Amino acid sequence: MASPWRVQSRKRGLIILINLREFAMKLDSARIEQLRTTAATYLAWLKAWLAPVHLAQLRPMLKFQTGVLAGFALLASVLLGITNCTTQGTIQQRLEEDLQQSLEEVVPASWYDNVMQHDIVTLDSSDYNLGANETTVYLAKKAGKITAVCFKFTAPDGYSGAINMIMGLDRQGTLLGVRVLSHKETPGLGDKIEVAKSNWILSFVGRSLATMSASQWAVKKDGGDIDQFAGATITPRKAVQAIYRGLHLFKENQALLLKQ
Amino acid sequence: MLLTAPFRKIARDGLWNNNIVFGQNLALCPLLAVTGTATNGLGMGLATLLVITASNGLISVARHLIPSEIRIPIFVLLIAALVTLVDMLMNAWAHELYKVLGLFIALIVTNCALLGRAEAFASKQPVKEAVWDGFMMGLGFTLVLVALGAAREISSAGTLFANASVLLGERFRFLELTVITEYKGFLLMALPPGGFIMVAFLIVGKRLIDQKLTQRKAQRKDISIASQGETG
Repeated sequence: MASPWRVQSRKRGLIILINLREFAMKLDSARIEQLRTTAATYLAWLKAWLAPVHLAQLRPMLKFQTGVLAGFALLASVLLGITNCTTQGTIQQRLEEDLQQSLEEVVPASWYDNVMQHDIVTLDSSDYNLGANETTVYLAKKAGKITAVCFKFTAPDGYSGAINMIMGLDRQGTLLGVRVLSHKETPGLGDKIEVAKSNWILSFVGRSLATMSASQWAVKKDGGDIDQFAGATITPRKAVQAIYRGLHLFKENQALLLKQ
Repeated sequence: MLLTAPFRKIARDGLWNNNIVFGQNLALCPLLAVTGTATNGLGMGLATLLVITASNGLISVARHLIPSEIRIPIFVLLIAALVTLVDMLMNAWAHELYKVLGLFIALIVTNCALLGRAEAFASKQPVKEAVWDGFMMGLGFTLVLVALGAAREISSAGTLFANASVLLGERFRFLELTVITEYKGFLLMALPPGGFIMVAFLIVGKRLIDQKLTQRKAQRKDISIASQGETG
């Protein structure tokens, strides 16, 4: 699929090409010859300047050293700038696709017919320790009626940094799905919270605040109902606690969210 | 062998004699951080291989321009720019791979082996040699990462190349093995101290092999001298 940006740039390239052709046709052979000799002189000069012997003379000079450092810095920043500009749009698009994909993972496709990324509500979540003061809630609607909500949340206190997650809930506050979006937990141990590496995160489907008491919302090691996995206790413990806080965020705002 | 003697020597140095980990004892920080599993080691190794080859080539091209007084800031600048470029390009055009390798790419900046090769080799050698050196050093590093990752993974979890299909695609699922069934697990080996212990074992192993090789060489010399004596 060609993006509008690419089509536009292709058009622009074509215009430049046509202009170049017109320019070339205006030139006569004498002018071309003149241009060629000028180019050759410049090239020869550049070659002589870049010759190792000549550069060896220049290298000890402070002026040259300053210039080289500035030159490399300029080169690096121009390269990075160009790359950033050309990839920014694509990266943004990829991130949106990722979001779309994770939204689809926590809400079954048959539950909605809207574009969730466009139906959003922002909640104040500063009291819930979910990593952000504001949480964007994506609403899943079928035939104009809200069937489910999902939102991203964070366990800021993972074993080695924040664990970013997303959850989907039905109207009653029962979990439809939870996924980990990104984390820095120990590879091979804590990373079993990822669905690609273990089924652990799937065990939350169907759980809610209504079916489990506050003390059951903990890993088994802490007297709760939820399995931890071998070798890692802190990662699942913190994930469970964040999910529990996320459920409370929904419960407190349930009326407001479902009214829409 | 198609390679000429100097290129063969570069290859031998990179893979064994002057290996980044075994010979130079460099890059231990990323080494210990990611070799919990063989798959992660492979990912980090491949990303490093790519960047060190490119950085060696780039620095060798510019070697006559770089005054020795300010070479370090220029090396750092070039390597950092290169890593950031790879990071952005991969994020945009190879997003699936980036989701797996992205973490490792940012870590390459902290890899002193790149600076080490720039300083010790690329800034003094022609481009072809420098690129070959970068490639061989990267390959040697990858092999050590995979070996260490495999040793740690087997001893800590009893598996080998777990989740290789996430990194390399579904076709490589056959790599995922359970070496020791119903293994209880040995947590220490998955943590950084286990990495230190295991890398020590690997270095000891390498030194023992080297010792054997020199002994054998000396013996052969003795024998040849002795036989010469008999005939003469």
